[in-house]
Amino acid sequence: MILNLGPQHPATHGTLRIVVRLDGERVISADPIIGYMHRGYEKLTEFRTYPQITTLINRIDWLSSFANEVPFIAAAEQLMGIQAPPRAQYIRTTLTELSRIATFLLFLGEMGLQVGALTPAFYGFRDREHILNLIEAATGGRFHPNFNRIGGLKDDLPWGWVNDTRTAMKTVFDACDTFEDLVAGNEIFEARTRSIGIIPAELGAAYGVSGSNLRASGVNWDLRRDGKPYLVYPELDFRVWTHPDGDSYARYWVRLQETREAARMVLQLLDKMPSGPIMTKVPLIIKVPAGEVWVETENPLGQMGYYVVSRGATGPFRVKIRSASFSNVSILPWLLRGVFVADVITILGSLYFILGDIDR
Amino acid sequence: MTGTEPEAEDDAPAVEDSAVEDSAVEDSVDPHALDAGHADLLARLEAELGDAIVEHEPRFGDPVVRVRRDAWRRAAEFAKTKLDCDYLSFISAIDWNPAPREGDEDSGDTSSPVQPQEVTYGAAGSEGRFQVFAHVQSTSRHWGLTLKVDIDEQGLLAESWVPVYPGADWHERECWEMFGIAFDGHPALRHLYLPFEFEGHPLRKDFALLARVVKPWPGLVDVEPMPEEETTDEGAEAGDESE
Repeated sequence: MILNLGPQHPATHGTLRIVVRLDGERVISADPIIGYMHRGYEKLTEFRTYPQITTLINRIDWLSSFANEVPFIAAAEQLMGIQAPPRAQYIRTTLTELSRIATFLLFLGEMGLQVGALTPAFYGFRDREHILNLIEAATGGRFHPNFNRIGGLKDDLPWGWVNDTRTAMKTVFDACDTFEDLVAGNEIFEARTRSIGIIPAELGAAYGVSGSNLRASGVNWDLRRDGKPYLVYPELDFRVWTHPDGDSYARYWVRLQETREAARMVLQLLDKMPSGPIMTKVPLIIKVPAGEVWVETENPLGQMGYYVVSRGATGPFRVKIRSASFSNVSILPWLLRGVFVADVITILGSLYFILGDIDR
Repeated sequence: MTGTEPEAEDDAPAVEDSAVEDSAVEDSVDPHALDAGHADLLARLEAELGDAIVEHEPRFGDPVVRVRRDAWRRAAEFAKTKLDCDYLSFISAIDWNPAPREGDEDSGDTSSPVQPQEVTYGAAGSEGRFQVFAHVQSTSRHWGLTLKVDIDEQGLLAESWVPVYPGADWHERECWEMFGIAFDGHPALRHLYLPFEFEGHPLRKDFALLARVVKPWPGLVDVEPMPEEETTDEGAEAGDESE
């Protein structure tokens, strides 16, 4: 039997269609069909100036828009040979981690929904609200902050924001405890997720699966710590969480730990936050010198990078957007082979992709 | 309060200036700098591929290596097995042709960036119009490598990386539909994003952005031509008809 999962299905989180061939309840083959949301950002970037592009890339992974902006701005800054002042770097890092917490809180709740538990989803939405309020207070936007500028930030933090954030982090720790009891420690949840949808570390890497999905397969690799240093992560003390199993449960568990770790990092950042300017001097019309640069960051969904080719104009010549979900989802045909239909849903949930991030 | 404010204002610019100067000084990053790990990586790649390497250049810490077309898959195999680059970031392509109409100042469309019209090549140059490039990384050694191959317009074909990195499947399908570059050895080159009946290759520079064909991009939209002026612009004519 051929079953069409999607394009509009609650478990696909958007317009993703998976053509599933079934033998009874077993999946023989699964073919994801994407592109329902393809907006051609790579083409559009060639018709925009650098400052205009941040509004576009806000909409790639819309649950952590701020984190999307960072690598693109960093690419332009590297080509221009400028760097944002320390305070701007700290604020950037703080807001990146806050968007990580926001998007993971949603995941921790939604994952309960995939196994039929409605309550955690509401908890997730409720607790994320605190973080969104903070992002809104700082940037003016709940989903699309568009706050980064080449050479710094649009604005400084508002009064009282630091204290509000400290208070909100307590909510995050409480929320994580709740999810640990309610979802991760739940018998039904364990039965539905353990040993299901196992991604072997080697195959996952060859497919380009990244971020928490790869760390849940036991690969101890995090761009915040390894590789080229970016933002102020080298100055922070944090742990990279891994899980040896590589199944749906491991992916949930790793994200749960990473949410806590991100909250700890935010507290460290607030303590160390330096004073000073938030913008460096940049020309009014930004022309980026000719050259090529590849900048990648550890976004909530995984490795996100931009390969920017500039020819000295006010806009890029070519931008290759490497989004995390695209590669994470490309492993689905292999991963879904042989599982039950009901497990397809939990596997989709545990991979945690954003459609805008697949289709760009 | 009134007594303290002027002092604070006096202090602020001084702090700002010194900070700006400091950051400007420490920022002069050499784009050609290469650390020890990457130098070793490059040396091993050169030893294996020999004259199949056309050119190489360190770029912000990641070596960019251009290989000959017949060594494309061999480079991937070597990177994966011997250089520990087990992780595939992406495969994509660049069309080096200047776009025919890009931010044309004569037509009043100044909102779009104007690119230089003569072809100037990037990090390691190019011999053909197209260039396929890919980035691989090591999850254990934490280094990265950008590989490039030139594709000329006559033979739009590159070797497929699917046997080496299974994740290359989707990337190559995207590259095929967006640039029209086929991959030899790919199991099923079919459309990924676009509808099956779609014709053309959208990311090529000569493929016009639909929105700008239908309607000239801002600036022109609200400008009505002077009555005695000849209206030669398509957009302006369309505007007249609607009125």
